[in-house]
Amino acid sequence: MTMDVLVPVLAATIQSGTPILYATLGEILTERSGILNLGVEGMMIVGALAAFLAARLTGNPVLGFLVGGMAGASLAAIHGLVCLGFQGNQVVSGLALTIMGTGLANYFGAPFDGQSVSGFQTYAIPALSSIPFVGPVLFSQDALVYLSYSMPLLLWAYLHFTQWGLALRSVGENPEAAVAAGLPVAGYRWIGVLAGGCLVGFGGAYLSLAYTHLWTNGLSAGRGWIAVALVIFAFWRPWRAMLGAYLFGGVMAFQFRMQATGTHLPSSLLLMLPYALTIAVLVLSSWRGRSIGAPASLGINIEPPD
Amino acid sequence: MIRLRVHKRHEPLGWRSLFIVLGAIVLSFGIGSIFLAIQGKPGLQGMMLLIRSAFFSVWALEDCLIKAVPIFLCSLGVAIAFRLQIWNIGAEGQYALGALGATWAALTFPTLPWYILLPSMLLLASIASGLWALIPGLLKIHLRANEIIITLMLNYIGILLLDYLVYGPWKDPTSFGFPMTREFSPGAIVGPIGSTRLNWGILLCVAAGVAIWILLKFTRLGFELQASGENPRAARYAGLRYDRLTILVMVLGGALSGWAGFLEASGNLNRLQPSIIAGYGYTAIVVAWLAQLNPLSIAIASFLLAGLRVGLETLQLDLQVPAAFGQIMEGLILLTVLAGRFFSDYRFALRRRAA
Repeated sequence: MTMDVLVPVLAATIQSGTPILYATLGEILTERSGILNLGVEGMMIVGALAAFLAARLTGNPVLGFLVGGMAGASLAAIHGLVCLGFQGNQVVSGLALTIMGTGLANYFGAPFDGQSVSGFQTYAIPALSSIPFVGPVLFSQDALVYLSYSMPLLLWAYLHFTQWGLALRSVGENPEAAVAAGLPVAGYRWIGVLAGGCLVGFGGAYLSLAYTHLWTNGLSAGRGWIAVALVIFAFWRPWRAMLGAYLFGGVMAFQFRMQATGTHLPSSLLLMLPYALTIAVLVLSSWRGRSIGAPASLGINIEPPD
Repeated sequence: MIRLRVHKRHEPLGWRSLFIVLGAIVLSFGIGSIFLAIQGKPGLQGMMLLIRSAFFSVWALEDCLIKAVPIFLCSLGVAIAFRLQIWNIGAEGQYALGALGATWAALTFPTLPWYILLPSMLLLASIASGLWALIPGLLKIHLRANEIIITLMLNYIGILLLDYLVYGPWKDPTSFGFPMTREFSPGAIVGPIGSTRLNWGILLCVAAGVAIWILLKFTRLGFELQASGENPRAARYAGLRYDRLTILVMVLGGALSGWAGFLEASGNLNRLQPSIIAGYGYTAIVVAWLAQLNPLSIAIASFLLAGLRVGLETLQLDLQVPAAFGQIMEGLILLTVLAGRFFSDYRFALRRRAA
């Protein structure tokens, strides 16, 4: 592959990987607090629609992005209410959230199906973008991509170097001990659920505002589920999430390239690629036995004390 | 709050939980009518219309039964896995594979008489969907790979495989470019019962329902499923065959969903086409949890959620309500019922304390 093919494919890799990166980091944060939220697919698509609508209505893409995050957090709040408030089964609640979220987005988005939004445009960073090869791949992107570069660092720093991050992790590992230590356990889980939902919503917002620049029904197309799988692949660590997200970005960029250049492979078989890769990645990361890095009390509700 | 924990697990399925479910459904319908109103449709009248057009005519009830068949079979399939706390979310893909297996037999041996061809289609549907469900089962027991994500990914892949076949190798050359196979031969079609639009496949539902009920209630296997589901680790120590049970519930559950795909292709569409994928596999998950994994309740819940789909068709025609409204309602009902069960636990505990 020559450079003039490789550079656009790699730049597209970053763009395809970015929404998955936001969503994966969000789910890592939620799961680190001990709550399993399988509603990622639903939160993502609702975030995408809310961002699209807000940006179209106000003409302000930044506001759209923020609204997308808030929409993701609002949907996550339902999961928090059912699981933290009412002791509902986390797996079932998350699945219901995905079903409802997909329904909400396709219901309220139906009148806008196929309509476009200007959203975020590419902004080449002056000095950095002129570095050969690296510049056009990493630094000729839109603002949301640049923001996403900082996200793994921020999440990692929060989880490992702040008191609140440590508390959040201990709530996910051993809530009984955290209660004994006087930590507001439910409070930290709510933070994990809401902040995680916001990041997932950002991922959705990226899809409509920067990736496709339009709204179509079913826009998220399983990316939320890929993010759930990547949390396991990443061993719940932000940096590995970046690796996983760009791996999937690469496969999607490759798939689009194949479709665009015309190939003998039917598109339905090409479309299977990311899903098949998800299975492969999951199998490989489970190879060594138990999932490494899973918070010990993930998915288990804290029952009210006697 | 203090009294809550004590009785959480031993909540019996009494008449009280029916009230909780009813309350939750009323709440969901209330929220649903608000969503209708936001889109400028008549909210409450819309919901009344939905219920009326779902259950208040013979034609509609017939429709409910037709749609309840695939939902029931898929739901039964996922429920036996859920009993073991194996999260088989893959009914949708297993259903697609069942349809593929049956269609392959129908297209390959069109001249066989029905009494050979239909059982062959059933068998091939079971094999295709059973094997499809075996993949996540094997990956789960040997590598501890998360079955939720793998079954879900296999849904996407199974549906794309179906698309590939009906848009490609299996496409009827005389279909004017429409993605569909040619119509099945008469021997490959599960016929209607008398002059109704129902087909004989409903007997398969009854047989499957009764068989699973007996299996769960009266056999050693059913007891093992129950015990292992409640506490997998303890079950392993007690020498229960957790891994083998996992494989069993996956393959059996997959085959049940596959039967649904077979009946839908053979009995309703009389061919294979993309519209066979209608989300029954996901509705089945909602049904299984609403019914608390009990076969008889699954039958009732399948019928009711089939009614939601039937009523929605009228809303789509009369009020131009997008089809996605059905998903909103399914998700809402499940979420409210899930939250509502908390109150049934709470009340139960209070009473116990007073005594």
